[in-house]
Amino acid sequence: MGGVLPLIGKRLLLGLVTLLVVSIIIFGAVELLPGDIAQQILGQSATEETVAALREELGLNRPAYVRYFEWLGSAVQGDFGTSLANQRSVAEQLGPRFANTLFLAGLAALISVPLAIGLGVLAALYRNSVFDRVANAVSLVSISSPEFFLGYILIVFFAVQNQIFPAISNVTPDMEMGERLYRTLLPAITMALVVTAYMMRMTRAAIINLLASPYIEMARLKGVPNSKVITRHALPNALAPIINVVALNLAYLITGVVLVEVVFVYPGVGQLLVDSVTKRDFPVVQACCLIFAATFILFNLIADVGAILSNPRLRHPK
Amino acid sequence: MLTFVIIYYAFLILACCVAAYYKYRTALLLLFTLLCVSLISGLLFGAEVLVNITICVALLAAAAGLSYSFRESLIQVLPPEGAKLMRTAPLTASFGLLVIIAYVIAAVFAPLIAPFGEAEVVGGSFAPPDDVMLLGGDQLGRDLFSRLIYGARNTVGIALMTTAIAFIVGTLAGLVAAQMGGWVDQVLGRIVDTLMAIPQLIFALLLLTIVGTSVLNLTLVIALLYSPLIFRLARAVAGNIVVMDYIEAARLRGESTWYLITKEVLPNITAPLAAEFGLRFCFVFLAISALSFLGLGIQPPTADWGSMVRENATLISFGEVTPLIPAAAIALLTVAVNFVVDWMLHISSGLKE
Amino acid sequence: MSDQEKKSVLLEIKDLKIEGYSDEKWIEIVHGIDLTLHRGEVMGLIGESGAGKSTIGLAAMGFTRDGCRISNGTVLFDGMDLTTATRAERRALRGSRIAYVAQSAAASFNPAHKLIDQHTESALLHKVNTKSESEEDAIELYRRLRLPNPEEIGFRYPHQVSGGQLQRAMTAMAMSCRPDLIIFDEPTTALDVTTQIEVLAAVRDIVDQFNTAALYITHDLAVVAQMADRIKVLLKGDEVEEAETRKMLADPEEDYTKSLWAVRSFKREQKPPPAANETPLISVKNVSAAYGPVKVLDGVSFDIYRGQTVAVVGESGSGKSTTARCITGLLPPSEGEILYDGSPMPPRYQDRSKDQLRQAQMIYQMADTALNPKKTIGEIIGRPLQFYGGLRGADLKKRVDQLLDQIELEPSLYYHRLPSELSGGQKQRVGIARSLAAEPSFIICDEVTSALDQLVAEGILRLLDRLQKELNLAYMFITHDLATVRSIADVVVVMKEGKVVEMGPKDEMFKPPHHEYTDLLLSSVPEMDPDWLTNLLESRGVDNIGEAAHQKKA
Repeated sequence: MGGVLPLIGKRLLLGLVTLLVVSIIIFGAVELLPGDIAQQILGQSATEETVAALREELGLNRPAYVRYFEWLGSAVQGDFGTSLANQRSVAEQLGPRFANTLFLAGLAALISVPLAIGLGVLAALYRNSVFDRVANAVSLVSISSPEFFLGYILIVFFAVQNQIFPAISNVTPDMEMGERLYRTLLPAITMALVVTAYMMRMTRAAIINLLASPYIEMARLKGVPNSKVITRHALPNALAPIINVVALNLAYLITGVVLVEVVFVYPGVGQLLVDSVTKRDFPVVQACCLIFAATFILFNLIADVGAILSNPRLRHPK
Repeated sequence: MLTFVIIYYAFLILACCVAAYYKYRTALLLLFTLLCVSLISGLLFGAEVLVNITICVALLAAAAGLSYSFRESLIQVLPPEGAKLMRTAPLTASFGLLVIIAYVIAAVFAPLIAPFGEAEVVGGSFAPPDDVMLLGGDQLGRDLFSRLIYGARNTVGIALMTTAIAFIVGTLAGLVAAQMGGWVDQVLGRIVDTLMAIPQLIFALLLLTIVGTSVLNLTLVIALLYSPLIFRLARAVAGNIVVMDYIEAARLRGESTWYLITKEVLPNITAPLAAEFGLRFCFVFLAISALSFLGLGIQPPTADWGSMVRENATLISFGEVTPLIPAAAIALLTVAVNFVVDWMLHISSGLKE
Repeated sequence: MSDQEKKSVLLEIKDLKIEGYSDEKWIEIVHGIDLTLHRGEVMGLIGESGAGKSTIGLAAMGFTRDGCRISNGTVLFDGMDLTTATRAERRALRGSRIAYVAQSAAASFNPAHKLIDQHTESALLHKVNTKSESEEDAIELYRRLRLPNPEEIGFRYPHQVSGGQLQRAMTAMAMSCRPDLIIFDEPTTALDVTTQIEVLAAVRDIVDQFNTAALYITHDLAVVAQMADRIKVLLKGDEVEEAETRKMLADPEEDYTKSLWAVRSFKREQKPPPAANETPLISVKNVSAAYGPVKVLDGVSFDIYRGQTVAVVGESGSGKSTTARCITGLLPPSEGEILYDGSPMPPRYQDRSKDQLRQAQMIYQMADTALNPKKTIGEIIGRPLQFYGGLRGADLKKRVDQLLDQIELEPSLYYHRLPSELSGGQKQRVGIARSLAAEPSFIICDEVTSALDQLVAEGILRLLDRLQKELNLAYMFITHDLATVRSIADVVVVMKEGKVVEMGPKDEMFKPPHHEYTDLLLSSVPEMDPDWLTNLLESRGVDNIGEAAHQKKA
């Protein structure tokens, strides 16, 4: 494994640098505001003195890089400052919501990953069959539909016409697991619909690509039966592309929650982000963006590291 | 209802048997799957589902028939090369073309088609559909149908413009990076990597908070965020071209970078770029609709499908489906574009072999 | 092989037709081939690409690739018709009684498994041997095929083993169940000449020892002459003729078969050496170059005089193409300089003047990638005229027509065509016309004939020779094909690992004594004589070819 570790180390370092640059962008974006935050909060009608006082209070008189390092320093420790809208600690609002979002995304992943890989492999094995064509068309429709369309269709069907699930997924921290699962299921299915379609198409493409390799033909010419061609020759090499597909789609999943949370009024980070954007509550927007970006970067990192680890050429260096 | 259910199952079973007898494998498999689905969902949700399924199947059949006749008439009307191309089109692609044409007509002739103006208050809020207002009124009493038609113009127009900007920027940068190589390529690549390290929707929300929501800001922000994806494709495709010997020959002749990019490289990558344009249009279109739905995109009173869904969403809890019509309009267009792009990709990959 | 007829028939293919699926319809690509192969016999299938050799080879195993189907005929293997046999029956034969050796061993070994695990797979599957028996057998076969460290090499992964060794390991794998028939599908095409020879020796050795029948598929006549008892010549899915190897070589019947030998007939006399005081047109002076940290050229020097042809030979990685890149300025040398007519040229092509760029032109190996597919022939040839000479309108058209005449293409027919509407040889001619349009004094020809059929290649060589006489051009010929060198060179430069090993006038270079490497290189190039390999192995010994020879020297 000697040759792999430096590669992974390099990739991790790159991820860290990316995260740092992203944090600068997120912090710097707010600095680009015409005037400054104090002016924005108080509006055009405020007097010079009140604006100056607020500026003092928020520490805006110090240079930007000092404030950046302070902000980053406390963000690393889990302190994202206080909300402008309600003066509460951002971390306090964010914590339980982040857990909710992870729960929702996790449930969606649990549904979609096995389904997508299974369907994708089947579609690749029976390509150009009826099954493949139908799966292709259905997944295309699913990808093309906005999440809110799918979400509302599910609501109309499962919550309004047949009252099986609640239309509003208002989970609370003290809720039991079963109840929580029940209320989260509909938004999770909505997200799973889109992600499964993406993942299935990518899996199918990866497997078809793999099955076209000369070593698969060689295996068939050695008289290896079909099932063994798949398990022994295709799967060990399919691991890398599949890990890649899954990680990339999970990254998509974690950011795709925004719309679904709004549709189902689900108390997650996405909902909070949208609310704060409307209220122009900058500290909260920054914190939410940082969390989403960090998760996104993390999954992309996992995709790359997974690809490195599952590549036999890298695992067994010369 | 009982008679309907009996006729429904009898017809399905009969169709299965006929397909089986005449060995239509595909048809049999499809019909039998439909039968199983009907049984399960019928047991779960009651007989109304069967009506829904019947409507869905009828709609699908109608769409298929329409696409088929559209394709065949195009083959008759078009000049030989066009006809030859259309013969390779699957039904899905011809359906996509048909839908796109319909949308273009709606967008171009919106004032002629729509009975009322886009911001004109016609009746009471949430007025039910009648002869005057085909789909009823929205929360302010404006005609939903007219707004839907104008929405085609606004939503599609803005998405098209945004995609075009993103495309010009992304393609140009990608070609320059591929042709120049060296540090230019490195720097552009790094910038793009960083831009793509933040999820697009989140980044858009952040930027729109800062710059405020206006159509111009929306267009520029989305174009900025989607150009890296186009950059990557253009860079990759052009990367395969710039290593060709004919590019080397032109470089050794002393040709300028501009000549190389426009005269030697660009003509060779138009096919993948065209497909990419369709694909990216879908993403941009969905992103703009999503932002509008969140109230951060196209602002009222401009008619726009995303915000129309948002404005009328309360109706959904009363079992009304009218708010879903604009959402369906979004989905239909993206599906149509995707179908056509799929076909184009199939053609261009087929030519390679 | 006079007792061949007495042996029983192993494989009999009758009226085999195969169709391929393209543009939404089935098109016939193999048009009724008959083939009879006896036990222990080796048949060579030769033909250019698109002749259907590989498709027929696979069909002999009852296998067709995706998008192909057998539409007619029978494939009888030891009495069983593979076209009607069940999947299980066919599978039982594959690997155990019929084995396959693919063109690219590097791509055909599964990267996820060790060599020996892939070797034993067939034997275990067909229950021929136990795992340990099969492993012992593998090591024994590796030893016979003269692989280094036979005990250990099997426990490596494919990417840890070199190309020539992998190809031998694949031959060993094909032998794992001691099949009656092996299909060799261009097993040495991807290899260098010095590596090719050891694979050839190994294949012949193993086929002789175990009396295995083989179908040997290749496009290289000299190779098939060493390997096959009988040769069948194919062209576009049809059989041209079939005969015993010696008869085929000595006395081919069909015109097409005769044309395959054509290039050997063209030989130009070596020109007299330049006068002692003549300034060389191009002078490569002590040039070193590197790609990043990897040094690829090390103090290369040679001169090229007006009207002369310098052939640079060597295997892939020897630095011959890199030298050309230094001369054209694509890769600035790290040391040394390039002189044009006695004065140094700027190292980077970007810094050279239009006139300097015009003087040195290039013709490429792959005419397909050398011509922009979206431009017409007129535009391609016209651009240098426009760019350097400022020609426009009718003048431009007239000059392009002249150039088309010069390369023997009818202007009215070809002016408006796209490259895709031309054959390989015609494309190469257009490439020549494009370089002539710049009115250069010096042309670099990078493997210009190696992608072409022999007859077409000869036409190109004759054309280049004629143009040289008419325009007093200097050529630098980069090639690995010694037949080309013999026919057109005045001076030969031999390169290895970025250094010039030896150089001199052609007539001297083809007579011993030589530098050791030149000797190895020259002797490794297969010749049309069927006894060539046998004689070579006798004179050099099996340990003195290919990699073994390299290692011994080191």
